Amino acid sequence: MGTPQRPLSPHLGIYRWQLTMALSILHRMSGVFLSVGAVVMVVVLAAIATGSSQFETVQSWLAHPIGLLLLVGWSFALYLHLVNGVRHLIWDAGVALEKNTANRSGLFVIAFAVLATAATWALACEELV
Amino acid sequence: MSLRTPLSNAKGLGSAKEGAHHWWAQRLTSIALVPLTIWLAFTIASFGEFSYSAVILWMQSPLVAVALALLVVTMFYHVQLGVQVIIEDYVSGWRKVASLIALNFACIAFTFMGLFSIIEVSL
Repeated sequence: MGTPQRPLSPHLGIYRWQLTMALSILHRMSGVFLSVGAVVMVVVLAAIATGSSQFETVQSWLAHPIGLLLLVGWSFALYLHLVNGVRHLIWDAGVALEKNTANRSGLFVIAFAVLATAATWALACEELV
Repeated sequence: MSLRTPLSNAKGLGSAKEGAHHWWAQRLTSIALVPLTIWLAFTIASFGEFSYSAVILWMQSPLVAVALALLVVTMFYHVQLGVQVIIEDYVSGWRKVASLIALNFACIAFTFMGLFSIIEVSL
C-alpha cells in the first residue's frame, strides 16, 4: 500500500528567508554542533585524568588552526544557543511572541552572540600575552 | 463513567501520562546550563597558560570538581533530550530506533567517562 499523494502545506521552499526561521534552524544546528563539543570536552577531561603526555596531545590538536577554528565556533554556538534558548524560555511563558518583538529579539540574539564571542576571545588573548 | 469512546477503549491507546516530562526536563536542564556554561567559558578564557600542573590544581578544588560534574551530567541529559527530538523529526523506521538507542548509550557512556575523569583527578 503506497502513501497517497496528498497536497503539502506551504513549506520551506515557499517562504522568503527571514530572521526568525533562520534562527530556528540555527538553534538546532548549533545544538548538534555543541553536542560534538560536549564529547570533545569529555575527551579533554579523560586526557587530563590519564596523564600529562595525553593532555599535551589533545592540547596540540586544539592548538592546531583547525582546532582553534572549532573552539571559536563552539564559543559562538554556545552563546547563540544560550541566548536563543533563553528567548525560547521567555516564549514558553507566553510573552514576546508578536512578530515585530520576535524579530527584534532575534537581532538581539545575533548581536549578543557575536559580541560575547569577541569578548571571550579578547579576554583569552589578553590572558595569554 | 469513562468519557472515552468505545473505539478508543477497544484500541487501548490513551495518554501515556508522561507527555510533559520530556518538555519539562529540557527546560530544567537549559536553565541549569545557563550559569554552568557561562562559568566554564569565562574560566577557560581567563585561565592563561594551560600547563598540565595548573589544570590539575584547578580541577582539584572541590567547587570546580562539583561544578564540572554538574555540567557534564546536565549537559549530556540536555544533549540526549535535544538530539532525540531531531532524530524523531528526520529519521523513521528501524533507523530511528537504532539511532535513539545509540544516542542514549553514547550520552550515558560520555557522562560516566566525564564523571570518572573528574573524580580521578580531584581525589
